[in-house]
Amino acid sequence: MDQIAEILVTFCLVIAGIFGLVGSFGLLKLRDTMQRLHAPTKATTLGVGGVLVASMIYFYFIEGSLSFHELLITLFLFLTAPVSANFIAKTLLIEKKGKIALPETDGKKGWATNDSPPNVADSIQG
Amino acid sequence: MLKRLIPHPLLSISLVLVWLMLVNHYSLGNLILGAILGVLVPALTGPYWPNQARVRRPLKVIEYILVVLWDIVVANVQVAMIILFKRNADLKTCWVVVPMELTSPEAITVLAGTITMTPGTVSAMLSADASEILVHCLHTDDPEGTRDDIKNRYERRLKEIFQ
Repeated sequence: MDQIAEILVTFCLVIAGIFGLVGSFGLLKLRDTMQRLHAPTKATTLGVGGVLVASMIYFYFIEGSLSFHELLITLFLFLTAPVSANFIAKTLLIEKKGKIALPETDGKKGWATNDSPPNVADSIQG
Repeated sequence: MLKRLIPHPLLSISLVLVWLMLVNHYSLGNLILGAILGVLVPALTGPYWPNQARVRRPLKVIEYILVVLWDIVVANVQVAMIILFKRNADLKTCWVVVPMELTSPEAITVLAGTITMTPGTVSAMLSADASEILVHCLHTDDPEGTRDDIKNRYERRLKEIFQ
């Protein structure tokens, strides 16, 4: 039983290491900031996730105790990764305003960094 | 009275659960401490979150989480393949505009987060009236297909959950 658990833990760690490495390599290889943003938000999620799964298997089968901390790390990661990615993207778009070609919106209003939000009084009147 | 004390019941319950998982040991004292947090934190953050979030179909949430988790695994492999085996010159990076039918801020937040976590897409910005979302694709041959994927796979499910 321990043998199987150890193999599983090793497998998860190796997978995690590969994805972590690829994510970091992506940072070097891709060309502009928006492209580079893709590497850490995705490839690394599975990298961290693999380590967490390995840790859960280890504590459950070998130490014999169930640990919820890994689930919490996953939860916090999923809450913070998109928010920080969005912050970076938005900062970039404000910084490089006019230099990055954005597609037009189909609606009445432009993108949030270029246009003011609709007036609340207007929307009440219809 | 109860509504003023606990403006967001779901937030309070999840705070208690997160606290219990954080100490990783169940006892009455921890439960009470968690309950105090569950009342205090929503009260302190209340001014920033005036509206009540409504989850109409709790069971659909589980389906949504499973779909997204699976997509995250697929996304990781796809992005890793793109990084490793595609030459930079072959990358077809583009912006995609996704019109949204979702209106509640909570649903839009979840959708934007999901887009960032899944296949080769990062959500960058909303339009000023929050009717469209700007998505950056790392590599796609078919921008319309990507847009329809996001609408059918995630937005449809979120609409069932929140509206």
